[in-house]
Amino acid sequence: MEKRVTFDNRLLPYLLLLPQLLVTIVFFFWPAGQALYQSLLLPDPFGLGAQFVWFSNFEYLAGDRYYLQSFVTTAVFTFFVTLVSMSAALLLAAMADQVIKGAGTYKTLLIWPYAVAPAVAGVMWLFMFQPSIGVLAFYMKAAGFNWNPILNSTHAMTLVIAAAAWKQISYNFLFFLAGMQAIPRSLIEAAAIDGAGKWHRFRTIIFPLLSPTTFFLLVVNIVYAFFETFGIIHTMTSGGPGQSTNILVYKVFSDGFVGQDLGSSAAQSVILMVVVGLLTFIQFRYIERRVHY
Amino acid sequence: MTKLRSVLSVATALAVALPAMVGAAQAQTQIQVWHAFSGRLGELIDKQIADFNESQDEYEVVGTYKGNYTEALNAGIAAFRANEQPHILQVFEVGTATMMAAKGAIKPVYEVMAEAKEPFDPNAYLAAVAGYYTTADGEMLSLPYNSSTTVMYLNKDALEKAGLDPESRPKTWPELEELLVKLKESGSACPFTTTWQSWVHLENLSAYHDLPFATKSNGFEGTDTELVFNDDLHVKHISMLAEWVKNGLFKYGGRRSEPGALFRSGECAVMTESSAGYAGVKAEASFPFTVTNLPYWPDVEGAPFNTIIGGASLWVMAGHEAEEYVGVAKFLTYMSSPEVQAQWHQDTGYLPITTAAYDLTKEQGFYEENPGTDIAILQMTGKAPTANSKGIRLGNFDQIRTVIDEELEAVWQGEKDVKAALDEAVARGNELLRRFEQTAR
Repeated sequence: MEKRVTFDNRLLPYLLLLPQLLVTIVFFFWPAGQALYQSLLLPDPFGLGAQFVWFSNFEYLAGDRYYLQSFVTTAVFTFFVTLVSMSAALLLAAMADQVIKGAGTYKTLLIWPYAVAPAVAGVMWLFMFQPSIGVLAFYMKAAGFNWNPILNSTHAMTLVIAAAAWKQISYNFLFFLAGMQAIPRSLIEAAAIDGAGKWHRFRTIIFPLLSPTTFFLLVVNIVYAFFETFGIIHTMTSGGPGQSTNILVYKVFSDGFVGQDLGSSAAQSVILMVVVGLLTFIQFRYIERRVHY
Repeated sequence: MTKLRSVLSVATALAVALPAMVGAAQAQTQIQVWHAFSGRLGELIDKQIADFNESQDEYEVVGTYKGNYTEALNAGIAAFRANEQPHILQVFEVGTATMMAAKGAIKPVYEVMAEAKEPFDPNAYLAAVAGYYTTADGEMLSLPYNSSTTVMYLNKDALEKAGLDPESRPKTWPELEELLVKLKESGSACPFTTTWQSWVHLENLSAYHDLPFATKSNGFEGTDTELVFNDDLHVKHISMLAEWVKNGLFKYGGRRSEPGALFRSGECAVMTESSAGYAGVKAEASFPFTVTNLPYWPDVEGAPFNTIIGGASLWVMAGHEAEEYVGVAKFLTYMSSPEVQAQWHQDTGYLPITTAAYDLTKEQGFYEENPGTDIAILQMTGKAPTANSKGIRLGNFDQIRTVIDEELEAVWQGEKDVKAALDEAVARGNELLRRFEQTAR
């Protein structure tokens, strides 16, 4: 039986909840409601007037095959960003977990990239890989590789994935490391005495015990790739070449804040909200079942 | 002259700094100007503002850099929505239709001038420039400030190395192609590049050959305009460029002004760019170069016609006090005075926007000392503008340019057939025009 704490005062629990509720209403429900309302309008950029157009913003998007293509682009981008940043972080965490000397220094250094703003990260990577001026682009060319993210879609996609994943590695690293350090040493030592090798211990003990962390990071990383990466896209490729790196959130930004098409932009953010809601629902409904807490 | 200028700038700095130190003893009316110029151009506009402030003590103009053209326009729009708009906003030519449609947000320049009783003659401005910002009834809505047109730059050293006449100035596209092939054969890794591909190779291509870019006189006669840049000549021109990409004659370097760096560093031998790129090339290029006309297609009758402008104009925003608009009017008069414009033209490569500034520059002998600097203005004004070469006024134009960039990139990658890509760009662009038509109604 669970122990329940009960309040004598009926008002008190609501009062205690109030700050959190207020924050949620002001910073989530209110803007979300605004977006929902705006998605039904066709306003002019200056806010001088707006027509109520029902669902024509959505119809317009449904008829735009580039918008549908953007879903595929986003899926590819999100999949690889999540995969790369999580596996790299897991590897680094597993290694850092074993370091004894100077562990603090390594950890601090590995956490630094998280403090870099996405747009700045984008510019840094661009400086390294810009075909005309980039240092690394220069060596790639010298090695005979025709590196050209300005015109080659695959190169451009690889570049933005690398930059976006790199920025997120620190965050993932932090959680993986904390997760690993929470695993009782006795379990691992017992396995070692029984003759399990490093890889075997990782696969059968550490990784399964990390599953709550992994699941949490999966959700966070997908949300990150969906929402927080437009600064990187904006500084590096502006969605190009063609529309090959035009992910959904960048299109929301560019249609709204570059093209001043606020109606379409609002409709897209509503769709994005629904998509991420659905994704998170699926994750909690089906994947979470396999997580051992 | 330089000495005088440095003395002047010291004086200016003092003039600006002193009142601030005294603690703004006399209450000056502040006028906010938001612009999109950084680097050298930013210094020049700051200098113009400082000189104006020094010339009188009633008004203090405060210039603020707000990011690139798109960002500056957005900052202006966002500020208007928050009721904190500047008095003057610099908006690029692409945003012209958006600003024109925003009737309650702007205060037309002719009105500002009339209300302030400031002498103002719209005919003093070059027709080819002012026409872009003037209504069908001849009312000037924004003040032309920095206008350029597209010209071609050639690296003389590269031509010489390829065994070509360093003075060669190919007039037509086929002539240029011959030259590029020779450059390529001599080992050039990048014979040709271009900035602003849509502006140069579709918009100016249309005007230069008297072809419509869009119906209704390129949108001047109404928002119910449709794009038509998928004509035979456009297909032929883009096909040639696509062929150049394939044969290593044309190196694509990006959508906006980024490819300029390829020319300035000496990597690319020939470049089509804005005449305003002159300042940058002159400052950075370590090689001698020529500036010449944009090439044309000789098989088009009557070609070349005139090219059209790019750049920006100054829009006055609505919602300020009447006496502030008097200061705005005085500042606008100052900005288009012959001396300021002539200096600006000579420093930057932007066109002199008034006939007086052009004449003054001629008198000063600037064109003889700097050959090639008058190419842009001659090319703009050589022939009377036709309905197709007056300019382009389209809503959602920034997005349409992006659509064009995307489709052209697909062509350069060899992913898409030229005709199919242009058709697609037209179709997608038309949808954006219809959306704009709906909001502007």
